[in-house]
Amino acid sequence: MNGPDLLARRLLVVTGKGGVGKSTVAAALALVAARQGQRVLVVDVDAKGTIADRFEAGPIGFKPKEVMPGVSLLAMDTEASLAEYLRLNLRVPIIGRLGPLAGMLDFVATAAPGVKEILTIGKVCWEVRESMEGRADWDLVVVDAAATGHVIAQLGAADAIRDLVAVGPVRGQTEWMSELLADPAITALNVVTTPEEMPIEETIDLVGQARRELDVPLGAVIVNRVLPELFTRRDEEMFGRLTASPVREELAAAVGPGSEAVIAAAELAVAMRRSRVAQLVRLRAEVDLPTLYLPYLFARSQGRRETEMVATALAAELGL
Amino acid sequence: VSGSSGSSRSIEALLATKEIVVFCGSGGVGKTSVAAASGVAAATRMDGKVLVVTVDPAKRLADALGIEGIGNIERRVPDAAFTEAGIEPRGELWAAMLDTKQSWDALVMRHAPDEETAHRILDNRLYESLTERFVQSHDYVAMERLFEIHQTGKYDLIIVDTPPTRNALDFLDAPARMADFFGGRLLRWLTAPYRVGGKRGARMITMASKPFYSVADRILGSQFLQDIAEFFLNFQSMYDGFVARSRSVEALLHDKRTTFAVVTTLEDAPLREGEQFCDELVKRDFNLGALILNKTLPLATFGPEGAVAAARLRADAPTVAAGLTGIDDVDAAARVLTTIGTAFENFAVVARRETELRSELRTRPDVVVDVPTFADEISDLGGLARIARHLAPG
Repeated sequence: MNGPDLLARRLLVVTGKGGVGKSTVAAALALVAARQGQRVLVVDVDAKGTIADRFEAGPIGFKPKEVMPGVSLLAMDTEASLAEYLRLNLRVPIIGRLGPLAGMLDFVATAAPGVKEILTIGKVCWEVRESMEGRADWDLVVVDAAATGHVIAQLGAADAIRDLVAVGPVRGQTEWMSELLADPAITALNVVTTPEEMPIEETIDLVGQARRELDVPLGAVIVNRVLPELFTRRDEEMFGRLTASPVREELAAAVGPGSEAVIAAAELAVAMRRSRVAQLVRLRAEVDLPTLYLPYLFARSQGRRETEMVATALAAELGL
Repeated sequence: VSGSSGSSRSIEALLATKEIVVFCGSGGVGKTSVAAASGVAAATRMDGKVLVVTVDPAKRLADALGIEGIGNIERRVPDAAFTEAGIEPRGELWAAMLDTKQSWDALVMRHAPDEETAHRILDNRLYESLTERFVQSHDYVAMERLFEIHQTGKYDLIIVDTPPTRNALDFLDAPARMADFFGGRLLRWLTAPYRVGGKRGARMITMASKPFYSVADRILGSQFLQDIAEFFLNFQSMYDGFVARSRSVEALLHDKRTTFAVVTTLEDAPLREGEQFCDELVKRDFNLGALILNKTLPLATFGPEGAVAAARLRADAPTVAAGLTGIDDVDAAARVLTTIGTAFENFAVVARRETELRSELRTRPDVVVDVPTFADEISDLGGLARIARHLAPG
């Protein structure tokens, strides 16, 4: 997949198994688009503050906050989303917080399948539609979505509601959302993974499940934390000769006893890379989506600087 | 929580004295493997029966334990599997997977006042999606099932791998929340119109619940609301059973015989979350037994000696290569030496960061254990035994 293809959409949903760097990749994707001059809204669906951390932006709320030129962040809040929905669609004025109604929402949302999800994805779709109709500024909305286990329910909420709710305004309200989510010119669902067994397994499962159960078009698989290949085949042969006696001992004599540790580290790096490559082979055999690779970052593991570095790698993969 | 530093003790003492060890941690830290490895450690060192209850194991690991696709049934890991992996078990290792749907069905059958009500609940079209979603139902059944297994008295030690949740400690609240939910005003409101007057569907809305209904109706449609209410009306008949049970589950989790082990990697985000779990466990008076630092780089490898050698390799690779016996392609040799020097330094940066994070640990339970990263992924008993040797050396 090249950059213009992916970044030409209006809504990029980013999911992945916990711990693979989903939020970092979502933030980096937004940054890539912003560097291309787009105005981007990033929606943090779990509202755990992880997206704000990626931009070192401090607390964020339901009202979009511009954290750098071209990038605004929004933390999902289903109560606020309901208040907004009631105000805009049913003309029920809500002043301040919902108060006792919040308890009701909490109850209905936990009890009624899809209510929480519809309020979440409804807000996302609403922002996309507003921007397409010129009432909001976004060229692109990036969603740091629920993890693989929940994202199907989230994206399928509009359809699920229509199956369950026979009448009522909600039914009518979900029609346009389904259409927007199903339009390949507008929406893409992207999966972040790492080259390890469980994340790859979940990615394969998710892609299959999304195809069976959702009308949402799939975008790219983004493989995060790919370890570099240390040697070409020829160099690997040389490495074998350098670590066989008597050369191995000569190395220790030349650079000190630490040569053993250096060799052990190289062997670990080669073996780690090899077991991960096996997972990548499996991914490519089972998933036919465009796949982007992001390198393992030795230097950083958090913050704005990491986001910048991942964005640069991502831009290169996208041919930008 | 002691103020001691370093990884002086192993989890062997916990495995030997506790009846339940609950492993928790954020996604991707290797919780399932560590939990299963603890089971292997216990079964190889002690007599008796050890059960590992896992939630969502990788397919190959489930295969290795013999529990792939068998639902809630507990299975004994055959001695032959141990022998194949070169281990001699002293006790018995059992394994089971948590099947949420099966567990919920069993719960309904147990708590419903009669079989007819039970079937009305099980057959309700909302039942499945509700048990999948509401009040952290996965967490609830995980803890509930733990209680049930413990009550049978079949095992000397039960090791639990917790479900991957948005907030990893949700499962601790699940029993209490379940009780709250059943006793709550909202459930009374929702079902009230259908209870009063005895006639289902007759909407006798009280003053208190009127605003609730007018809004809920407009959002969801009244038919849907009625479906939900009927479902919960049946569900509510299980109230007493659920509440009593929830209290027992909570008591067991707080009991001295139960301990918690938090698993994390030495990376910023998982570690931050791991420390939050530790704090939270201590705050709520649970027994925090161990902190397991998983997939760390081996400290012995990335010490100062290696750093010296790596720096010299990077600086003088051509000279070093030229002085080696029988190496004719000096350029290739120099390239490889530079590469391994650089690779060492790259990984050493990560190792240094890990050391830094380890020394800054805020919470220190009596047991803090490092489990080094393994090049290949753990997918069999042999692999679990390797982890086990680090968890409980000697």
